Amino acid sequence: MSARKEPVVNEALAAEHGIKADEYVRLLEIVGRQPTFTELGIYSVMWSEHCSYKSSRVWLKKFPTTAPWVICGPGENAGVIDIGDNQAAIFKMESHNHPSYIEPFQGAATGVGGILRDVFTMGARPIANLNALRFGEPDHPKTRALVAGVVSGIGHYGNCVGVPTVGGETNFHKAYNGNCLVNAMTVGIADQDKIFYSKAAGVGNPVVYVGSKTGRDGIHGATMSSAEFTEDSEAKRPTVQVGDPFTEKLLIEACLELMNTDAIQSIQDMGAAGLTSSSVEMAGKGGLGIELHLEKVPQRETGMTPYEIMLSESQERMLMILKPGSEDVARAIFEKWELDFAVIGHLTDTGRFVLKMNGDTYCDLELAPLFDAAPLYHRLTEETPAQPALDLDEDELWPEDLSLGEILTKLVACPDLASKRWIWQQYDSQVGADTRFLSGQADAAVVRVHGTNKALAMSSDVTPRYCFADPVQGGRQAVAESYRNISAVGALPLAITDNMNFGNPEKPRIMGQFAGCVEGMAEACRVLDYPVVSGNVSLYNETNGVGILPTPTVGGVGLLADGHKAVGLGFKNDGDVILLVGETEGHLGQSLYLREILGLEEGPAPAVDLETEKRHGTFVRDAIQAGLITASHDVSDGGLQVALAEMAMAGNKGADLSGLDGWHVAELFGEDQGRYVLTVKPADLEAVETRAAEAGVTLSRIGTVGGDALTGASGAIISLADLIAANEAWLPNYMNGKVG
Amino acid sequence: MKSAVIVFPGSNCDRDIAVALEQASGKKPHMAFHKDTDLPDVDVIAVPGGFSYGDYLRCGAMAAHSPIMKVVKERAAKGVRVVGICNGFQIITEAGLLPGALIRNKSLKYVCRTVGLRVEVTDSDFTRKYAKGQVIGIPVGHGEGNYVADEETLKRLEGEGLVAFRYAALPGQDADQANPNGATNDIAGIFNAQRNVLGMMPHPERAFDPLHGNTDGRAFFDSLVETLS
Repeated sequence: MSARKEPVVNEALAAEHGIKADEYVRLLEIVGRQPTFTELGIYSVMWSEHCSYKSSRVWLKKFPTTAPWVICGPGENAGVIDIGDNQAAIFKMESHNHPSYIEPFQGAATGVGGILRDVFTMGARPIANLNALRFGEPDHPKTRALVAGVVSGIGHYGNCVGVPTVGGETNFHKAYNGNCLVNAMTVGIADQDKIFYSKAAGVGNPVVYVGSKTGRDGIHGATMSSAEFTEDSEAKRPTVQVGDPFTEKLLIEACLELMNTDAIQSIQDMGAAGLTSSSVEMAGKGGLGIELHLEKVPQRETGMTPYEIMLSESQERMLMILKPGSEDVARAIFEKWELDFAVIGHLTDTGRFVLKMNGDTYCDLELAPLFDAAPLYHRLTEETPAQPALDLDEDELWPEDLSLGEILTKLVACPDLASKRWIWQQYDSQVGADTRFLSGQADAAVVRVHGTNKALAMSSDVTPRYCFADPVQGGRQAVAESYRNISAVGALPLAITDNMNFGNPEKPRIMGQFAGCVEGMAEACRVLDYPVVSGNVSLYNETNGVGILPTPTVGGVGLLADGHKAVGLGFKNDGDVILLVGETEGHLGQSLYLREILGLEEGPAPAVDLETEKRHGTFVRDAIQAGLITASHDVSDGGLQVALAEMAMAGNKGADLSGLDGWHVAELFGEDQGRYVLTVKPADLEAVETRAAEAGVTLSRIGTVGGDALTGASGAIISLADLIAANEAWLPNYMNGKVG
Repeated sequence: MKSAVIVFPGSNCDRDIAVALEQASGKKPHMAFHKDTDLPDVDVIAVPGGFSYGDYLRCGAMAAHSPIMKVVKERAAKGVRVVGICNGFQIITEAGLLPGALIRNKSLKYVCRTVGLRVEVTDSDFTRKYAKGQVIGIPVGHGEGNYVADEETLKRLEGEGLVAFRYAALPGQDADQANPNGATNDIAGIFNAQRNVLGMMPHPERAFDPLHGNTDGRAFFDSLVETLS
């Protein structure tokens, strides 16, 4: 080894790389000598929480990951499911939380770029993006700038690459003041016989680098994302990558064009830990060695060291193994798209990871341990204590000075429920000309599979306040709500991707939240036949020792055989009968009503009965497929009264809700699970009621669509115009500095 | 009707406009690459939306200088119909086929929504199936669609009936919400003097199929087919 001019490695330097003392001892044992500086860098990223899942791996095994329609579960770049006709949907959600907090525009933009690559690297054309965003409380001094930066970063990237951004969610809570969450999801479509995997094969096959040149940006991004934040995290801004969506667009076209030939043996994008993790993972999965000549890596800066080249997280790069004799075909396609193309090494049978530059060797490690001998922790877990039941009587629940209309106005204008039009109007939601519904028009976004009548329904869901109060119920609820949202448009829920955002796993309470959420989610996935096919874990979401709410975001995907049958949430026809599916007990614990009207974040999370969810979801889907439903919406945040207001606003039609007269506040605003509101034409009412009776589903008539207000027996509760004005005003006013 | 669609690096509405042209005309458009130096014999050329060259330098500026645009200009001079949509409008304006320029939206933000468009001219191959003064709903999606031109040009455009579409309020919409980008005189689309070249910011190909929930853009393509078949 002649790794010249590199710093000498010792325990202190390892600690600076985030390698703990006991991990360093283990590293020395594996390597059998003092590692070189480049080798240390490589170990540090491969063993980072971000790449190794060392705290979460033992728990993630609990997720059900198989079903007859699952083609590829977790472990690849993205999950793959069968959608019929030899087609597959390929999707994943991934976080870019830490970079987005430090540099919101580029952090969010490169989050979108990274998740797109995970999907098209498998051979899929991306057809939709979704984003789940959580920000701190509105009056925190950083929140407004974070919202502005994240939203424009997502728009900048997604709009330019020409993939519609069709859905997502945006919430605000003080627990995210020092650590916002940016979870990006991409869904793509591929032919089942053209799916590409990352397992390298073929000793001697060329290792090819394509895409952008490598610079010094993003070095140690994976390590940064595996540590808590402190006051001086801002100084880490240089570790945030810079995205170029134009190059990504060219890369999509070039890769998909090459994938139509028979040139590629395996392919993987260079995401976190860049060239290191892509080359190690590809060779590792294939049980092979790999030798790279780093002077051949296209570079945009001079004087880059092997350490820098291997740890750079420059964007828009892919690594692939070509079949013998395919180089010329591949090179011609990348030259056509004016992208770099370089053969930088080859696969070997030595089982070693060898890095050379200008004749000198900088790394010569056994490859397998890098890939599969990362530390594995069984972290201590501590259960979240049960929340005491609420002890409030009807008088305390209803503030005397507020009418029902005023309460409703306040709720639809609260940051979590206010219209997010200001955000989604900045995203191109139409490109591709296959968008049926954006989220907001329906419970799930619906995008047609190009050239067919089929459509995919997609949604992102989690209720972090439930997860905080009761991780197991919260985990169940996140999956159940996803199932409900997909069912509410008429689609069959097929599989989920998860994005597990939690605090510091070294704290037993946090690890207990993780374990509880996994348990609840896994159970829900099993009962609902809704397996996990891909995912991402983001831990250490803490600043100065304060953790975020446990936020296991669920990205669900479902299938409609005929996209034209999808149903939106807006009231459609005057005279349609409004029906409530499910039982209402009036569970106010952890409800938005309690938080926004009474200022309380208390009580147990609502219980989820998974068998009921399944029965109700199936009933709703079947009724939609039978063409009997004109609008459909699940009952979630804010309860029934808010669900009805949302349907009125989306359809720009009022309703007579005198059927709800005499309902208690807890029944109107409680967040009991497993419920939907449907509308049907009067002529179809009997058919729907018969189906409900046969399916054992509780169905109640609660009103009629029509008019320009929500009205009760004693007159108007609130006019539609006032409701819409309140709902639309908050976010633009906030962003203009008028409120908050 | 024979058509061609130009594909630049970064175009992203090329497939969408090709689908609409094919469905309306029954013929697959020729897809031309930016490096091409010739085009087959076609009746209409579409310059699609997207982010050609990543909007680097200035929207449309680099695409306007690509080899294929020489051919497009030659064909336009011979009377072939050319339509530039969104980034395509920016490109053909940069290429000098239309006067004026498209600058940053007044809001400084990208905007994607359905806008109302008043059809100002029906005496054209692109708009003859609409009624004069009809307000249609068509989606826009752009960050730089604010049309500007010097006084003299505006006077000529207005005087000679070369404003094809103008932003107008949709039913129930406030008048001040109609114009999504601050365009001068609410201009959404303009013709050249011969009315064989049209540039427009809105995307008729996004309001074409019943699945879109809005088919107000269909008559745009049907107008071309009726004229050119």
